[in-house]
Amino acid sequence: MDLLDSIFSQASVDILMKLGVIIIKIAIVIGITLLHVAYATYWERKVIGHMQVRLGPIEVGWHGFLQPIADGIKLFFKEDIIPANADKPLFYLAPVIFMVSALTSLSVLPFFDGFVIADINIGLLFLFAMSSLGAYGIILSGWASNSKYSFLGGLRSASQVISYEIAMGLSLVGVMMMAGSLNLSDIVRAQQQYPAGMFAVPQFLGFFVFIVAAFAETNRLPFDLPEAESELVAGYFTEYSGFRFALFFLGEYTAMLIMSSIAALCFLGGWTIPKFITDWFPVLLRLPAWSWVVIFLAKVYAFMFFYYWVRATLPRYRYDQLMAIGWKILIPLALFNIALTGLVKIWI
Amino acid sequence: MLPELFFGYYASAIVIFSLLVVTRSNPVHSVMWMLLLFFHIAGLYLFLNAEFIAAIQVIVYAGAILVLFLFVLLLLNLREELKVKKFVGSWPAGLFITAALLAIVLSAVKSFVPGPAGKYSVEFIKQETHTKALGKLLYTDYLFPFEIASLVLLVAIIGAIVLAKRKTGSK
Repeated sequence: MDLLDSIFSQASVDILMKLGVIIIKIAIVIGITLLHVAYATYWERKVIGHMQVRLGPIEVGWHGFLQPIADGIKLFFKEDIIPANADKPLFYLAPVIFMVSALTSLSVLPFFDGFVIADINIGLLFLFAMSSLGAYGIILSGWASNSKYSFLGGLRSASQVISYEIAMGLSLVGVMMMAGSLNLSDIVRAQQQYPAGMFAVPQFLGFFVFIVAAFAETNRLPFDLPEAESELVAGYFTEYSGFRFALFFLGEYTAMLIMSSIAALCFLGGWTIPKFITDWFPVLLRLPAWSWVVIFLAKVYAFMFFYYWVRATLPRYRYDQLMAIGWKILIPLALFNIALTGLVKIWI
Repeated sequence: MLPELFFGYYASAIVIFSLLVVTRSNPVHSVMWMLLLFFHIAGLYLFLNAEFIAAIQVIVYAGAILVLFLFVLLLLNLREELKVKKFVGSWPAGLFITAALLAIVLSAVKSFVPGPAGKYSVEFIKQETHTKALGKLLYTDYLFPFEIASLVLLVAIIGAIVLAKRKTGSK
């Protein structure tokens, strides 16, 4: 009887309520993100199609609107082929690590003021940690498949991700210095103190380095050498099929969405509208709280559009060029930006 | 009760994973257990309210150093560990040394005295945030050792580049 009483006491009911709220929040965030990811693929095919004077998907539903759902169903029911000489446990584990690391990053992103699953002090460092975990998914899938194309893709990805992680971390140091915090919500709030309302203006060097590093980190064109289809079939996921392939695909697009969110939060002012715009149109200050998420998403979509735009425009770099850009241009530029930010902070 | 359970889980998991790392015959599997081990060590740091150290543990050890381990292993393409008699044959000597070390550590445990409580209490860290508290200490009171450590690392980096650089245009 005592045990039951203690279980149903006020304190434990409170804890259960809190747990319930967190679980509901997680379900909402993951559900909405996966829907966004599905339609990010549709949007990418449409945007690139029109840029190359094609129509893109048009048959399934109105203007091909149900295409991502049809693709998802197709992938779900495809045969799951595992190479005979693959390292089975790691072959199974690799796509899971890749997907989990991408989804875990969502937990520290503030979508609007007050809506974040885990409001931790080291939010930005947590994102770095999760993105470095994602690299294991790629390397392991390359090794465990026991195929030379996968293996080369995995090796390329390993060295690429390690090199560009440094440039990416350094590019965000300027933001950390100006905000004085690693908490993503605090970084967004700190940007309202500056006249431009976003760090992209005073931190333009950091923003440039971040954009280039974000493309390389997510293995997107013009740095998609780990999955260069003209040289390596499909790179690290050549041997994957059916739903395991879908996990890699979803993970890559989730990673893109997270990079776009970091760009929106750290450089573009997150859910806030820059102060000089609200000074001109004071009506915007009276927007309801739910509309903040629309502002945040608009910034994320703009960055995603940039991803597609670059993919439709630029050819792929050579591998030595990729390494030279990372080590000889981006890292010195990011270090220079840190020194400059520090000097300006001392003088002003 | 909860803290003890938490610590007990992490401490025993770390010991078990360390054993798994050294006993796997496939080196890539060893590295994967080591990855799990590093995450548990980061968990222990979080348990001590050292969130910055926990994040750095994952970023530096799991994200950079272990990836380089994996990179070297992939290039060697070892499916099974080689057993060379020269390295494996002298295990009794190794066992004796580790047993002696264990005896020394165990005998030292008796004279353990917990350090005096300083300024950095849990409440202070929570209010100041761990990153800020650590940064302030590192760049004021411990600036000199910090600079020496960074200089030592710089020497190591330059040394590695000099060793690895291909000699071009030699006479």
